[in-house]
Amino acid sequence: MKHFKLHIILVALLFASTAIAQQTPAPKQTQAYSIEGATAHLGNGKIIENSLIMFENGKIVFVGSTPMKVARIGEIVDARGKHIYPGFIAPNSTLGLVEIDAVRATKDNDEVGSMNPHIRSIIAYNTESKIVESMRPNGVLMAQITPRGGRISGTSSIVQLDAWNWEDAIIKADDGIHLNWPNPFSRGRWWLGEPATLKANKDYNSQVEELTSYFTESKAYNTGRKTPSHLPFEALQGLIDGTKKLYVHVSNEKGITDAINFSKKNNVKSIVIVGGYEADLVMDLLKQHDVPVLLQRVHSTPNNNDEDYDAPFKLANKLVEAGVLVGLENAGQMERMNTRNLPFLAGTCAAYGLSKEDALSLITLNTAKILGIDDKVGSLEVGKDATFFISEGDALDMRTNKLTNAYIQGREISLESHQTKLYKRYSKKYGNQ
Amino acid sequence: MIKKYFMFTFLLCGFMLFAQENVPKNDGVKARNSNYTAFTNAKIHISPSQVIEKGTLLIKDGKVVSTGTSVVIPNNCITVDLSGKSIYPSFIDIYSTFGVAKPSGKPNPSRSPQYDANREGYYWNDHIRPDQNAIDLYKFDSKKATELQKAGFGVVNTHIEDGIIRGTGTLIALNTKGTNANRILAEKSGQYFGTRKSNTSRQSYPTSLMGTMALLRQVNMDADWYAKGNIKEKDRALEAFLKNKNQVQIMEVGNKMNALRFDKVGDQFNTQYVFVGGGDEYENIKDIKATNAKFIIPLNFPDAYDMEDPFLAKSVDLADLREWNQRPSNPKTLTDNNIDFAFSTYKLKETKDLMPNILKAIDAGLSKEKALAALTTIPAQIIGQSNSIGSLKVGAYANFLITSGDLFEKDTKIHQNWVTGIKNEVSPMNLTDIRGNYTFSLGKTNYDLSISGTIEKLKAKVKSDSTSLGSKISFKDDWMNLTFSTLDTTKQEYIRIVSNVLNVETLNGKAYFPNGNEMTFQAKKKATEDEKDEKNGDSKSKKDEEATDAKKLFPVTYPNMAYGFTTLPQQETILFKNVTVWTNEKEGILENTDVLIKNGKISKIGKNINASGATVVNGKGKHLTCGIIDEHAHIATSSVNEAGHNSTAEVTIEDVLNPEDINIYRNLAGGVTSIQILHGSANPIGGRSAIIKLKWGESANNLLYENSPKFIKFALGENVKQSNWGDNAKTRFPQTRMGVEQVYIDYFQRAKEYDALKKSGKPYRKDLEMETLVEIINKERFISCHSYIQSEINMLMKVAEKFDFNINTFTHILEGYKVADKMVKHGVGGSTFSDWWAYKYEVNDAIPFNAAIMHNAGVTVAINSDDGEMSRRLNQEAAKSVKYGDISEEEAWKFVTLNPAKLLHIDDRVGSIKVGKDADIVLWSDNPLSIYAKAERTIIEGVTYFDIERDAQLRKSIKKEKNELTTLMLQAKNKGLKTKPIEKKVKAHFHCDTNF
Repeated sequence: MKHFKLHIILVALLFASTAIAQQTPAPKQTQAYSIEGATAHLGNGKIIENSLIMFENGKIVFVGSTPMKVARIGEIVDARGKHIYPGFIAPNSTLGLVEIDAVRATKDNDEVGSMNPHIRSIIAYNTESKIVESMRPNGVLMAQITPRGGRISGTSSIVQLDAWNWEDAIIKADDGIHLNWPNPFSRGRWWLGEPATLKANKDYNSQVEELTSYFTESKAYNTGRKTPSHLPFEALQGLIDGTKKLYVHVSNEKGITDAINFSKKNNVKSIVIVGGYEADLVMDLLKQHDVPVLLQRVHSTPNNNDEDYDAPFKLANKLVEAGVLVGLENAGQMERMNTRNLPFLAGTCAAYGLSKEDALSLITLNTAKILGIDDKVGSLEVGKDATFFISEGDALDMRTNKLTNAYIQGREISLESHQTKLYKRYSKKYGNQ
Repeated sequence: MIKKYFMFTFLLCGFMLFAQENVPKNDGVKARNSNYTAFTNAKIHISPSQVIEKGTLLIKDGKVVSTGTSVVIPNNCITVDLSGKSIYPSFIDIYSTFGVAKPSGKPNPSRSPQYDANREGYYWNDHIRPDQNAIDLYKFDSKKATELQKAGFGVVNTHIEDGIIRGTGTLIALNTKGTNANRILAEKSGQYFGTRKSNTSRQSYPTSLMGTMALLRQVNMDADWYAKGNIKEKDRALEAFLKNKNQVQIMEVGNKMNALRFDKVGDQFNTQYVFVGGGDEYENIKDIKATNAKFIIPLNFPDAYDMEDPFLAKSVDLADLREWNQRPSNPKTLTDNNIDFAFSTYKLKETKDLMPNILKAIDAGLSKEKALAALTTIPAQIIGQSNSIGSLKVGAYANFLITSGDLFEKDTKIHQNWVTGIKNEVSPMNLTDIRGNYTFSLGKTNYDLSISGTIEKLKAKVKSDSTSLGSKISFKDDWMNLTFSTLDTTKQEYIRIVSNVLNVETLNGKAYFPNGNEMTFQAKKKATEDEKDEKNGDSKSKKDEEATDAKKLFPVTYPNMAYGFTTLPQQETILFKNVTVWTNEKEGILENTDVLIKNGKISKIGKNINASGATVVNGKGKHLTCGIIDEHAHIATSSVNEAGHNSTAEVTIEDVLNPEDINIYRNLAGGVTSIQILHGSANPIGGRSAIIKLKWGESANNLLYENSPKFIKFALGENVKQSNWGDNAKTRFPQTRMGVEQVYIDYFQRAKEYDALKKSGKPYRKDLEMETLVEIINKERFISCHSYIQSEINMLMKVAEKFDFNINTFTHILEGYKVADKMVKHGVGGSTFSDWWAYKYEVNDAIPFNAAIMHNAGVTVAINSDDGEMSRRLNQEAAKSVKYGDISEEEAWKFVTLNPAKLLHIDDRVGSIKVGKDADIVLWSDNPLSIYAKAERTIIEGVTYFDIERDAQLRKSIKKEKNELTTLMLQAKNKGLKTKPIEKKVKAHFHCDTNF
């Protein structure tokens, strides 16, 4: 027996020191909990001081305040002085599709070909990614795993970030198709000696036309006998019957306008603008058609020298004030490892106009609505998944974003990672922990 | 065919006025023309400042014999009466590639980089080609010569536009009728330089502007060493360079910043370059003036953008809009500042665009005299040929223009361009103006003829009674041909008229009828009142138009772009009251405290301070800190990497500062006041850094720290072994970490030997690279080394210890936490990212706790950006250390202020709020570590470079100015002026691995 224990310890040590295995996913919730005393940020703009939140079997069963006279269930957790937030959702993410940017063998985000609606990201999603586990200590607990490249990149799926495999991780499979809208600007081919400036893209119209005819062909195919089969056309059917959303990756005013008209003309049920750097210039159109925006990385510099230095910081506020439904996304350079900074993107939006609770919605309930998963997640409301976390302070500020507990579907997940292990190991080396 | 050939030869001989006496002649008798030609009654511009009304120009044998009002005309003289005409010296273009094709084709087709030179027996770098002579490639180009003659040019100095040192030019008279025997005025005329590499070689070095500057310095030093006989082998390039030293040195720099940069290189070797500028000199005219250089200026004033598509139009920067408005005023600004400049056709799309652009410059205030000087006397003087070209003084070449009037009036025509005494027709001189209304009769029929249109393109209307007859007219060399249809419209038959016009009042000639009959033709001119009125009316409306055209000149700002200052902000005395002060000193964070800044320094800190004359700022609820210092930045520079060699200690970022990077302003808005601009990480031994203050609006020199500590960038790991550069980059040493160590040992060993030789007093070859490395060994220059994994970090410390010096800073240092104890022992600091990782294999073990562990172990820790976006949020990056590793807020704040100041050896001046230190401070709306904090005011040495309220004003004025300029451009398009399609300049953020 003693030997057996030793073995377990040795095995455990081995795992810890070689850091091969990732965090073991937490088992199904068997024990109910009642969390008392925390400031609950519900994600829907509301806040409850001294809250009481109870959850069992993976679902939230009660949201109220501690002084309320209701029977507590299960174990009582004292969270006085702390803050509770719904789990943050990272849309338009390539988490788990690439491990190391510079190592080609680890890249599974970009398939060859231009029209790839049938390509499904979910099957390549690596639950054991070291980067995925490093999201959780910052409160990012869910993500939309999105393929990149081409004109139509493929189909995304939404996952939670504590799972044994991609099947277990799914919150919503094949939620939408991602389209990279043609750019009205094209860049000079500097390697051929052309100036590296942007010019009007002469091919813009024909590129849009190509898309239109692709959608028309697909419609014809899907109303017919579908033989011989055409996988890409079949994949597009979901856009028409409303089972999939069309995520249009586009930044500029003209492109957004054209993309919205395009989707209406082609009977696409639900469209989302991803990027939207110039969405503030077409707010009326967005509202008129109820088109939400997943706003590009807030921490970026303005596109032009003349723009306000804080233009990207205050954009979300502008859109929210106008009544547009806005979420935040983080695509771009080093996007995977940077996704853990998602809460701070929202924090910046709060510094530049939004209230803190509205800023929180940008990465919780708004995003859940945009992705079509708000029936399950996105806010602390009864009946939704118990996917949330407890932080010592304001989770939108890096100074105070310190998680003590996190839960996904009621399961208390590990907040350790490859990185915290190294931290502990080397702190011990110098005896300064 | 043979006949034609003979004719041609004959003609050619006829023009060879100056055929040499030693040339045998077999096609006739030796007939040498020694007649004089006199041009009388002309307004003669002998030079821009010397004008003779109704004078005579006497020439012989291609040269000016005399000029004046009382010139004695010899007997054997042809006299040309030029009443009403003007004479000007022909123009000179001294930055020309006339008749010299640019060498093309790179001999080495391999895709791998080439490190060695193609040439043997020349300098080690193929892009140094002083041995080239334009004369060897020159081939007279008749077509181009005619084009230039038409534009008014008589002489060009041509050269081989290829390479960094391009060798000598050649002075050519554009004499289309002569031979090279009389066209080549000077075989070697000027030595030319450029900033781009030769087309003939793929040799990598230099890949950057700073590499080009370093190379130019080293060539000068090596030439000196060669001249002293210290190089045993023959170097034809250095020999030529030494020979060409007495020539004027003309350097194509292309813009104002490069002119300032290369002037410094020139100063170092007592060389005053003549700069071929970019037309943007007015933007920084004081510094341009201070170079004492003469300039050659292109006249490619930009067209207006086509702003009709608002989607595209909004992407054009204010700076680019302004260019269109301001550039034509550049020549005037140069004149106002007494800077000598010559005009050139360089960069003009077509030669004929020259005069319209000069007129634009005159419109913008350039005097005609200076315009003429820029085309004649100044280029002649620059090229050292004032006595023979550029003016019509006695003995000079007879290169002159005959014009219909003032050269710089819109309607003036150049009639003839005489080059070395030979006439070239440009446009007919005595064009008869036959426009007007005439009557004539043929038989019994009376006709009215009305001739209108322009002199070059006439229109005719023929009427008989009230019937209009279809007609065509042509008029050339005083012969008029008129064709019109007969009155019988059922037939398509025509009457033709030919008239040799000797008198415009009466046109005499012959009419030819369809039936073959001929008849005398005579048409008489009738003067009508209507016509006169019409003319007057025309000129009036034209004048009106010109008056409303009077252009608004938009003011130049510093820098000349959005958010630039019209006048630079001044140092102030400011008293901050009741503010929370983060001192970074043992006093810690002081609440409700006053801080006085005065004379650019922090003057007092305490409670209830009073200061007369100080501007008082209420700091209640706000936080005051010293400015943020970024140890690792790549903004505000035009180059990042010199990647052509594995060691480039000879290059320095100080050479290539770019004070007009908008990121300077954006960083100020993020509370950053000082940065170290590091060389990139393309090689184990990189280039020297620049440590600057973000004094937005100041010129490059004023950004640098006075007596700046000296730094150099080293780099380890994947970048220097080129792991991620693709399969072609597998030839440069080192390709492994093992090799990297040997690079260092080799270079330091050589530096040690170099230093020993230098100190011994024996002669030594001055080597810029070795000089820098010696500074390191002698602890005068500090290393900031790009580093990732522990093995290489450890290695470099050991190498340094072997050569008895210390590494100053490991930058990035993502595995510093693994060797923090060794770092403390060595005495090296760490400047790291807050949370970057996973982008390369070598950052697999990078953890956000790195800063905390190193700090706890006793390392001086800074958090840096290496990124133009993140640098403006460094306060937040510091705050991450509170999250990752529980560093106290006070210590975390030091990670981006005092600690980088210590690492940069500038903590005696900046990095804390302490009496006597520079007043580089930031007023924050909130706790500076909070994501909710905004910098409201950023001050450097008492000068407010960023103010959130002023920023709001600037936004408004930028919008207003852009709208005004957009409207002006739309108007320009409506008027029919040329426009160009929208182009958006894009600038990427530079990182360590940016490759130039």
